[in-house]
Amino acid sequence: MENEDLKNQSTDRRKFLKMGIISGISALAGASVISRLASAEEEQTSGEKMRLLTPDGKLVEVDKTHVYPSEGQEYISPAAARQGIPHRKFVMVIDLAKCKNARACVEKCQKGHNLPPHQEFMKVYMMQESKDSAPYWFPKPCFHCDKPLCVSVCPVGATYKRSDGIVLIDNERCIGCKFCMTGCPYSARVFNWEHYPQFELGKDQPYSPETSVPGVEGTVSKCDFCPDLVREGKLPYCVSSCPMGVIYYGDILEDIVTNGDETIRFSELIKNRAGYRHLEDLGTQPSVYYLPPVNRQFPIDRGLNDLDEEVAERYNNVPYMKDKKSKEDSK
Amino acid sequence: MNTENRKLELLKEFSPQLLKTSKLSMAWMIFLVLAVLLSVYALILQIIKGHVITGMRDNVVWGIYIVNFIFFMGLSYAGALISGTMHLFKTPWRGPILRIGELITIIALSIGPLYILLCIGRLDRLHFLFLYPRIQSPITWDVIAITTDLFGCLIYLWLSFIRDFALMRDAAKGLKLPEWRVKLYTFLALGYYNTPSQQKRIKNVTNIMSAMIIAIAIIVYSVLAWIFSVTLQPGWHSTIFGPYFVIAAVFSGAGAMIIIMRVFRRVYHLEKYITKRHFVGVGIIMMVLAMFFAYFTFSEYLTKWYGSKKLDDDLINVLFTRYFWEFILANYFGTLLPIIVLGIPKFRTINSITIAAAIAVAALWMNRYLIVVPTLETPYMPIQDTRPEYIFYGATWIEYVLTFGGIAFFCLLFTVASKLIPIIPISEVVDAEQEEASRFKHIRELADKDDVKSSLYED
Repeated sequence: MENEDLKNQSTDRRKFLKMGIISGISALAGASVISRLASAEEEQTSGEKMRLLTPDGKLVEVDKTHVYPSEGQEYISPAAARQGIPHRKFVMVIDLAKCKNARACVEKCQKGHNLPPHQEFMKVYMMQESKDSAPYWFPKPCFHCDKPLCVSVCPVGATYKRSDGIVLIDNERCIGCKFCMTGCPYSARVFNWEHYPQFELGKDQPYSPETSVPGVEGTVSKCDFCPDLVREGKLPYCVSSCPMGVIYYGDILEDIVTNGDETIRFSELIKNRAGYRHLEDLGTQPSVYYLPPVNRQFPIDRGLNDLDEEVAERYNNVPYMKDKKSKEDSK
Repeated sequence: MNTENRKLELLKEFSPQLLKTSKLSMAWMIFLVLAVLLSVYALILQIIKGHVITGMRDNVVWGIYIVNFIFFMGLSYAGALISGTMHLFKTPWRGPILRIGELITIIALSIGPLYILLCIGRLDRLHFLFLYPRIQSPITWDVIAITTDLFGCLIYLWLSFIRDFALMRDAAKGLKLPEWRVKLYTFLALGYYNTPSQQKRIKNVTNIMSAMIIAIAIIVYSVLAWIFSVTLQPGWHSTIFGPYFVIAAVFSGAGAMIIIMRVFRRVYHLEKYITKRHFVGVGIIMMVLAMFFAYFTFSEYLTKWYGSKKLDDDLINVLFTRYFWEFILANYFGTLLPIIVLGIPKFRTINSITIAAAIAVAALWMNRYLIVVPTLETPYMPIQDTRPEYIFYGATWIEYVLTFGGIAFFCLLFTVASKLIPIIPISEVVDAEQEEASRFKHIRELADKDDVKSSLYED
């Protein structure tokens, strides 16, 4: 639908407005170019033209009467959400040296997506490869793989890969067979086992795969890389909430990532800090990169402070924790 | 005609099972109906309250529903492969047990897919499978394969029933059957009057269909195995899963066939028709399959155990600690018992074969459980930062009720089918008798002609 509209427009107006909505990532673009869709019936023009730069770098000319300040985000329907944001390829870099399991990312993400308290799009693992290796905190969102098995196995095309690299779920299409959950080797997906009370919070809002709100019972959901926030020129919940600036988000095509404080070249960051992808040998080609936990800013135990007892118990089967517990017991 | 008389004679002999329902069998059927109704109640609860009332959670997303799905699809192999093969190769003793096999197939095949529906979170969106199909997904392959199999088996079953339906229609007056049943048989017999051209046609079509359903059944079960093996999960991502599942399926089909033969032999007093020969015959098939199955199982787990891959190691560890007894039942008792009982002629009695078959069938259910659940409990990412009840799977009463409901439904459909049509295919039995007689006659003629020693036909 939206695509046809784009093609059928004879004037440049619609085209420009469309692109204007797609503002860049805040830190990159600074103040975003903002406009609003004018209704097609309005044909009055003042004859006075304005020159504006679109986020993808094109200079366009628009009649002055057709430019309005933005009134919030445009609604992206499930059909429209299948198109990626043009000329973007989103990427995330997580700096393991800085993570101290503050869990701000987990909680902000839950709040932003109206998730119940036990359902997480972002999980924080205490990784320990073997008994003698050092444990470290490992935040894990959906990896938005370039060869996503979850997308391959979906029988109804409810989950899909977009041109901007994001893998989304259409909860109005999903039949809840959970095949994608067994297909994903990173356990990134969660199931809505019942109608959670939190779903009611987003009830008035029309459903969009880009916001994952409101949730739908009996369907699968997961981290969506927050394309709705990106369209508004904001950073994803996990990125903006992290007190340590652990998570960088950006565009691999522009070769730039930001954690809100600093903006760095993606390629240099990966080169200088020996960035890697988790379980690279599976060949799923994730869009999430990790910087190894070297020269760490916090001892691992810092991440265990101030945790709810229920959350603290979640790490009990890590060798490090078992070891620690047996030492405490012997004392 | 001699054949027709023989058929009527047999029909008369079997007519009590078709006409009368004893109090005991009435009670049995009421019990089954209640069990089915209870599972309908459980299903309604599950739909209203959501899947939260099952034991499935984010890590173990598929539980005993999918195990039952694989299990019933496996049973359906009894007819497809065993009956089909026996028909195709004209096994002399096939007559009396063919129909049991065919009925198992069609009934198990109607129940199996219901279980995959129980795993689906949004049953109201089921038609999306046809509205937005993606051929890349093994589930779409499965939908295509199972519907093809179901129709193929229905056609094959109908073909094998037509001659008996015609017989029932013609004999209806003599048996004083109620009007609705006469109408039913008349419709189901599709105007078959045993003319030579009809005889020839039905024989050809049945032969073609029996070959086709063998091929279709192999495809269906391989596709089912691929649902698991296309994923990257340790324990599932295996190249032998296709043939392994096919073997396990025929194995369980043979076991189910023996159990049901035993039940009907006892209940309908068919000692004259279903004899020890049949138990040993199907038993030997089961034994050979048990050997194949043991071989596949062994090579599957040996290679996982021998290497040092961490995830395989974890899986083997879980299987040999938390699931130790289940593993022993599934992969030792279930395979060794049929091999011992049938391998040693002294042990081959009808009862011992039936017990071995029952244990094998139960073990195969457990084997599927051990394929599905422990793998989901040992994923690539360690299970962390999740609620404790999300770590291990345990089925809830809803799932158990629905499991027993499926078994009850299976028994119910079988009982009803055996009331509508003789469980022994009369036409097949008469055919086989004639085949035997003509073979004997043929030998006699040959012997006369060629002056072969008379000892040849003396026994």
